[in-house]
Amino acid sequence: MSARSLLPARRPVPGVFVALALTLAIGWLVVLVDGGQLFNQSTTVSLLHVAAGLGFVAVGQTLVILGGSLDLSVAYVISLSTLVAAETMNGNDGAVVPAIGLALAVSAGIGLLNGLLVTKLRVNAFIATLGVGLLLKGYLDSGYDGPAGTTSPTLVQTLGYQRVGPVPLSFLLLVAVTGMAWFALSRTRFGHHLVAVGGDAEVARLSGVRNDRVLVTAHVLCSLCAGLAGIYLASRLGSGAPRVGTEGLYDLESIAAVVIGGTALAGGRGGVVGTVGGVLLLASIDAVFNQLDVDAFFKQVIRGAIIIAAVAVYARRALRKAAS
Amino acid sequence: MPDPPPAPLLTLRGIGKSFLGVRVLDGVDLDVAPGEVHAVVGENGAGKSTLMKIVSGAYVPDEGTVELAGEPRAFRGPGDAQRAGIGIIHQEFNLLPERTVAENVYLGHEPVRRGLVDRRAMLDRTGRLLASIGETALPADARVGRLGVAQQQVVEIAKALALDARLLIMDEPTAALADHEVELLYGLVRRLQERGIGLLYVSHRLTEVFDLSGRITVLKDGRRVTTVDTADTTADELVRHMVGRELSSYYPDRAGPGDVGPVRLTVRDAGNQKLRGIDLQLRAGEVLGVGGLQGSGRSALARALFGVSPFTTGDVTLDGRPVRLRSPRTAMRAGIAYVTEDRKGEGIVPRQSVLDNALLASRAIFAARSGRAARTERVRELLAAVEVRAAGDDQEIRFLSGGNQQKVVLARWLALDPRVLLFDEPTRGIDVGAKSAIHDLVRRLARDGAAVLMISSDLPELLGMSDRIVVMRDGRLAGELPAGATEEDVVALAVGNVPETAR
Repeated sequence: MSARSLLPARRPVPGVFVALALTLAIGWLVVLVDGGQLFNQSTTVSLLHVAAGLGFVAVGQTLVILGGSLDLSVAYVISLSTLVAAETMNGNDGAVVPAIGLALAVSAGIGLLNGLLVTKLRVNAFIATLGVGLLLKGYLDSGYDGPAGTTSPTLVQTLGYQRVGPVPLSFLLLVAVTGMAWFALSRTRFGHHLVAVGGDAEVARLSGVRNDRVLVTAHVLCSLCAGLAGIYLASRLGSGAPRVGTEGLYDLESIAAVVIGGTALAGGRGGVVGTVGGVLLLASIDAVFNQLDVDAFFKQVIRGAIIIAAVAVYARRALRKAAS
Repeated sequence: MPDPPPAPLLTLRGIGKSFLGVRVLDGVDLDVAPGEVHAVVGENGAGKSTLMKIVSGAYVPDEGTVELAGEPRAFRGPGDAQRAGIGIIHQEFNLLPERTVAENVYLGHEPVRRGLVDRRAMLDRTGRLLASIGETALPADARVGRLGVAQQQVVEIAKALALDARLLIMDEPTAALADHEVELLYGLVRRLQERGIGLLYVSHRLTEVFDLSGRITVLKDGRRVTTVDTADTTADELVRHMVGRELSSYYPDRAGPGDVGPVRLTVRDAGNQKLRGIDLQLRAGEVLGVGGLQGSGRSALARALFGVSPFTTGDVTLDGRPVRLRSPRTAMRAGIAYVTEDRKGEGIVPRQSVLDNALLASRAIFAARSGRAARTERVRELLAAVEVRAAGDDQEIRFLSGGNQQKVVLARWLALDPRVLLFDEPTRGIDVGAKSAIHDLVRRLARDGAAVLMISSDLPELLGMSDRIVVMRDGRLAGELPAGATEEDVVALAVGNVPETAR
């Protein structure tokens, strides 16, 4: 009888956490030399807030990318979700539940559309989700010039600003969402099938997996996560914001976080834990640069370099694995 | 094993299948009993793969019946056949390298408890399944990508057994295995037999067929030639059944004694991942045929000479000078041309014009600006010389017939004045008329002083065209035959059934 173990096959610690630790250590030192303090209450809190917003989107993005797909419409889904939530609430505490429900339902609907375009009409995911994103952009641009609606004060006080020690409630929610996604990937048939579809769609199909259904589900979940990020941002900003998704670059940053977190862009390998590492890494770099008052453009250059370096490292590793 | 088989597990009667009007299977009968290993042999293109795909549900037969354990079945897809208890182990494994053994074995039907995947049960059952076929050393939680080829094959077999397969199809199971791993597979096959599982064993390698099978069915040109008890036959007899057709078509005259010139290309003890110990000489004016089965290294040889996947050891000299062919570009500059086997994928750019396709190589190799008009003029002449039939030079090449596409590819290389031409299945998928035009062209090129290497699975073509034939097996040159060799000689070398005298 072979050795029994409940642990999944031993996997190396995702390199992203090593990079995260290094970034924090170096950042701390540099900031210290500069005369600042990286780990004080306010920077930590703002770092975690940034991470929470991006984190929701990136966890959802991980699911579709694992399945070999992609979602470029998330930024617009976020903007739309802030508006749906804030306008439905209109400052009224009693309307919180229906508002959140409606925002999530609209997001899920968009995810369903994405999923159906990708699976049934066989439109390439890049094009399909970009197209859906542009549709939403048209609606947002024509309907809104600026912030609209008012988020209920209770939601602002709780999801938006409440903390447990230095940890915002929203970050705890991200941890919970990540936990659920991890659980879904490792302990449900859906998760197993999703990774199989991303790894090799033909193998999955020949093994009896219903590829289309799995991918549509992943797209719905991804959009739901983006919708959740929208609700969170609405509670931070106090109103609906038609440009918040695109200005925050949530589409590309979420994909970057997924890739830095070790998930293969082609699908079939990776997971949500690494993604959260990637999100924290990007947020930490932000925090360090803010402390150092680095020029915003230079910040982008450094982020670009880090993303390229991360992908290059993974590519090398994959090469070595193939060679051995 | 030679006992009369009990009630058959699988019964095929009168199976026929055509693709685009070409008959690939015609009235094939076959039985497999529980616990029997039934081997299916035949040349490339004899219809083995098609037959296996019909049994495994990937194709629907045009005629005939498939019965499983006495019940007539009409499979609508591979899933249907799987549920009925037919498993197939392909040459290319259907596994996810990033997932564990257990996850692969139970993909699509993971054991579930209270709505969640029951990892413990999955690992346990996989472990038991592996133990039942004697594979106790293989951990169920190992990542498949870390396993060797032989172990991956075991995972494939376990995957089929997890679906309660009663009949297993093995398609060239040893093709990817090292010698010592083949022994392990033998053991595995015998344990599967003991469990009463019927096996359809497709293989080119007669040694294995004789070691393992109880009965052998020979296919040729889509028909069943015969089914024999393994104990009652010999390798020579099988080879005769596998070939034996008349050389009817016309081929251009071979090179005369005066036509063959000096040695153009010499390969000494060269090898790479797929090739070992290649020693070869190509002379100006001659056509060297390369025979062998699919996967024996024929294409790998051409691709090594053209620098696609270069030799990593050994030396190559061209016209007496040592050359290093490390990329197609260097090979082209050295005067080597390669007409690939995969015309659609590697030979043509389907949506570009005839002229653009013909100019592809010259544009890539020669400095951009100089003599552009002259170059185009020359390619136009070449297109006329090889008699391409197209509506015009600007017609998209995808609308041309296979034969005309191939002529354009030829014109492309002729524009470089190559000294060595490598042809890989030059007439595959080309109609008869265009075939002999290509044959004439190949011969004319040789007569004009080029050294030609021609790979072909079409035995009459190989024998009819070549001045000399080398046969490959397992990445090595298995032997050389003079012009006038017979099909039996080539097949015997290719499958490794060498008479003692030749050794």
